[in-house]
Amino acid sequence: MYNGLIGIVLILLVVLIAAYPLGNYISRVFKGEPVFTDFMRPFEEKIYQLCGIDSRHEMDWKGNAKALLRLNAIFFVWAFIVLVTQGATGLLNPANIVSMDPFLAFNTAASFVTNTNLQHYSGETGLSYFSQIAVVLFLQFVSAASGISAFALLLVGLVKRQSALLGNFYYSFVRSATRVLLPLALLVSLLLLLAGTPNNFSEPACYVNLEGDTTVVAMGPVATITSIKQLGTNGGGFYGPNSAHPFENPNYITNVIENISILLIPVALVFAFGFYINHRKLAVLIFSVMSILFIFFVVGAIYFESLGNPLITKTGVMQTNGSMEGKEVRFGPILSAFWGVSTTSTSNGSVNSMHDSQTPLAGGIYMLDMMINAIYGGVGVGMLNFFLFILVSAFIGGLMVGRTPEFLGKKIEAKEIKIAVLVILLHPILILVGSALSSHLMTVNPENGWLSNDSYHGFSQMLYEFTSASANNGSGFEGLADNNAFWNITTGLVMLLGRYIPIIGPLAIAGSLASKTQFQVLKVLWMPPVWHLVLFFWV
Amino acid sequence: MKRNRTLRLFERALILSALKESFVKLNPKVMMRNPVMFSVEISTVIMMVITAMSMFSNNIEYGSFNYNLIIAVLLFLTLLFANFAEAIAEARGKAQAASLRKTREDTPAKRMESNGTITIINSASLLKDDLFIAEAGDTIPLDGEIIDGIASIDESAITGESAPVIREAGTDQSGVIGGTRVLSDRIIVKVTTAQGESFLDKMIQLVEGANRQKTPNEIALTLLLASFTIVFLVVTVTLKPFSTFANTPVTITALISLFVCLIPTTIGGLLSAIGIAGMERALGANVIPKSGKAVENAGDIDVVLLAKTGTITIGKRKATNFFQVGDSTYENLSKFSLLSSLSDPTPEGKSIVELADSSKRMLSTELLEGAKFIQFSAETKMSGVDLKDGTTIRKGAWSAIQKWATKTSDTSEVDLKCREIGENGGTPLVVAMDKKVLGVIQLEDIIKPGIKERFDRLRKMGVKTVMVTGDNPLTAAFIAKQAGVDDFIAEATPVDKLEYILKEQNDGKLVAMMGDGTNDSPALAQADVGVAMNSGTQAAKEAANMVDLDNDPTKLLEVIEIGKQLLITRGNVTTFSLVNDVAKYFAIVPALFSTSIPALNSLNIMQLSSPNSAIISAVIFNAFIIPALIPLALKGVKYKPLGASALLTRNLLIYGLGGLIVPAIAIKLIDMVVSLF
Repeated sequence: MYNGLIGIVLILLVVLIAAYPLGNYISRVFKGEPVFTDFMRPFEEKIYQLCGIDSRHEMDWKGNAKALLRLNAIFFVWAFIVLVTQGATGLLNPANIVSMDPFLAFNTAASFVTNTNLQHYSGETGLSYFSQIAVVLFLQFVSAASGISAFALLLVGLVKRQSALLGNFYYSFVRSATRVLLPLALLVSLLLLLAGTPNNFSEPACYVNLEGDTTVVAMGPVATITSIKQLGTNGGGFYGPNSAHPFENPNYITNVIENISILLIPVALVFAFGFYINHRKLAVLIFSVMSILFIFFVVGAIYFESLGNPLITKTGVMQTNGSMEGKEVRFGPILSAFWGVSTTSTSNGSVNSMHDSQTPLAGGIYMLDMMINAIYGGVGVGMLNFFLFILVSAFIGGLMVGRTPEFLGKKIEAKEIKIAVLVILLHPILILVGSALSSHLMTVNPENGWLSNDSYHGFSQMLYEFTSASANNGSGFEGLADNNAFWNITTGLVMLLGRYIPIIGPLAIAGSLASKTQFQVLKVLWMPPVWHLVLFFWV
Repeated sequence: MKRNRTLRLFERALILSALKESFVKLNPKVMMRNPVMFSVEISTVIMMVITAMSMFSNNIEYGSFNYNLIIAVLLFLTLLFANFAEAIAEARGKAQAASLRKTREDTPAKRMESNGTITIINSASLLKDDLFIAEAGDTIPLDGEIIDGIASIDESAITGESAPVIREAGTDQSGVIGGTRVLSDRIIVKVTTAQGESFLDKMIQLVEGANRQKTPNEIALTLLLASFTIVFLVVTVTLKPFSTFANTPVTITALISLFVCLIPTTIGGLLSAIGIAGMERALGANVIPKSGKAVENAGDIDVVLLAKTGTITIGKRKATNFFQVGDSTYENLSKFSLLSSLSDPTPEGKSIVELADSSKRMLSTELLEGAKFIQFSAETKMSGVDLKDGTTIRKGAWSAIQKWATKTSDTSEVDLKCREIGENGGTPLVVAMDKKVLGVIQLEDIIKPGIKERFDRLRKMGVKTVMVTGDNPLTAAFIAKQAGVDDFIAEATPVDKLEYILKEQNDGKLVAMMGDGTNDSPALAQADVGVAMNSGTQAAKEAANMVDLDNDPTKLLEVIEIGKQLLITRGNVTTFSLVNDVAKYFAIVPALFSTSIPALNSLNIMQLSSPNSAIISAVIFNAFIIPALIPLALKGVKYKPLGASALLTRNLLIYGLGGLIVPAIAIKLIDMVVSLF
């Protein structure tokens, strides 16, 4: 009990202390001001040179959006090819893993390029080491960098006056990777290594246990992948059970380190927002609104998990430790619940316990968390989502006090509202239509064997899957048989739509805001996002 | 006598025509303009079909006939109520405009043909650029500009102001309004607006549904409301496969009720009424807005340019003190000042007479015999009197007197005195006799009572007030301080005004100003809200986006408050409408599922008696809240001048929290009544 709470306090303290200066640092990186990582410059110049990019050439929002999409399309094709040929090429494949089938490869490529990391396979049996590195590790870096870079473009749009140019996507993309993700990943990997996570290219270890069975222990570059998995709000585990696996998350210490990594950059980006637009008070306000919701969810999840399962209580079994189903004994219900809220808030999606087995209301909280998808949110995209909520709130708030609505001195007009609501609408529509479709198919053909539970829990499994895909979260309510054509294609498409439209929309708004004159800024014209809570209440 | 400005909220005649209009507006083509209500209309049609089907079929899926009929009727009522809200607002707007227009119809016009002959025709056949003649006793048939002559005109029919006004060709006061009456003289007027194009006609078009342009703000809000509608459409449609999957059958009637209750029908039904009512209020204040956007912009103003005379001061300067200079005495000064002013008709002259002690009047009557009065002229900038004995007395601005009073020995003393008066906000008027300065009269501006408080209110709203005056900077500074304005433009020329507006706009502020003359028109056009006085030139009226029929400079302040009120009303009804969903959600969702998921009964916090009564109560509330809020929409939210955050907190408390609690209580009460049946 106390171990868990101490862990949570530790995690929150470190995140809070580290995120503020990190936000300042990230803002300086975006602005191109001198920072201590300037020694990376020759390396970055090499990348620009190699790819034939002029990183100083400013583009409008369309140019930047095209650059982002083009680059992501290349990543997607690359990932798809590597996955379907991993068995044939046999590169770095000591465990002799076979090639992926195209539907699963489509889903997996979409999953990693969109920073979702929904996994319809199990890492230790589904991917070669080469795929782990060339697809998983690589995309975990670049998809995170894409998200952060999109956010950087929005920031440019907010401070620009009467100019349609939003800076250069490649510039912020490369710098997010080399100066934010790489150094932090290196640090976290080292810490994880020290704490006992394996990192090698060896073939699986085998041993014969006391019962005489041979047990195969999968190995691999675990620490490296785990660090960026958490930092970049990716969440795709090396092993199938993700951070519940004893190698991916061996002990209490690694659990604390990983949980800090989950929250660190998303929180830091909130402060980076404040530093960049030189409006730190606003950032603190946003942070506190997010945190209030976050704490609310944490308390709720922990409460329900600690109560234990009422059905078990009825049988007379004591549950002094709370509900332990689907949990690791080394973490317990409190740290598992905290992790659950962290990972669903930040669109991370790694798990250290099985969400399917948690109490219904804790599971409901995770879904709500992903439906909002902006409590810190995924790296970069979380703030993009929140920005849309701010626009809509500022619009109504402005009307309530009798001023034409504005945000940061830029008028919010029909065009911005149109884009904002379209993007905000997309999320519930993807979730609902997807779930309705699968529910319908289940009703028509109940024998397709998708669900391990029927009725309401079965429904939750489907709803969770689509919510997770649309939110680019990637965690799963396991128990859903998701490796088949229907789920691979539908969730693959939902992930792609749920990723790129919420990036392009805010960029278009940024482009439109950038070209406006800055109007006089009113002091406090912002209201808590009551609206989006109401909006999502129904889902 | 003022025109009766305010209509009663619900005039019988208006209600009847609005009722008729509510049915006419059911036309889907008209409804399409409002996506929220249009989806209610579609839902109503579906409900009617289902009701019909449930009459002939016993299929459980359709539910009971009576229940379906009740819901169908309630949805239809919701539609009618929303249409009624818009129709009554339109009717009121039109009634306002019609009462203004009535005067100008069917008046005969004396058209002047090109050969100079005059034919009497009906004013309706006058065309733009035609010339007509108006003589004493005539009613001016159409808006126009005097091209020849001067006349005094009674504008009380339009403005309610009984004192006649002087209108003269070639001046800034050359505009005449249709419907006003010529009291004296004869003028030739050129028609500036063709029949049907006059401001009033434009205004009536603005109010009428067909031609009403939505303002940018309204469009954005409509989009937002449409998006809410789409979300709830998806929610209710997908609920069907969900419930089928979970073996929890939900009737179509229940789904439609849920949908209609969740979409923002309250604001959807009242949105256009609020906008029209805003314009109607402007019209009630005798201001004709040229577009709905102009009224909205007025609510957004950051800076107001106000003419000093008439707005801040009462327009008459009053003599408050005599200061003698050199070897003249106080008595001498007051005596000769009195002499020079006795037949001076200006307010200044009268106030000098008042100030000079009345005992000295006795000597003046004999002195004045055979005296010759010199009128003030723009060339000499002096007025005065030449007495029979050859004494000449002049008073005027120091710059003018200085040239005339050549015998003055020491001008520095006068200089000093003039500066001193100027610094204290007064205007010096120098009096000289026989080319020798006697002294200086201090004239002071009288600040309008209550104007300082008004500026305080504006400041609280975040509006900066700027005084525009032709006075020198010293005087301007003093008056500015006394009246409590934030800034001033002294010795202002039209170019100065334009530059000031541009400067403020560059800083991202919205500027409002009022003007009348032709040379104001660039500034009026540049200002975000330009209010032209109706007496002003045609150019000024064209450049402005509002015209004030009363020619009252303080009207600008009223216009700002009307604009703010419009925005606030719209925002708060939106908030109220959206927050209402929470209570309706707690009423309907337990009703939908509580039979199959008993745990959801804990959500039935209002303890509604049965699923059916819960749904009916929610739909009843949803329908009747629209007419209940019509008075609020038409009259506008009570406006309090507060800072933005205080206002936000206050409105969140009233309309946010109120929107949470009111429907909960109302639905509970309706449920108690409904469950009796």
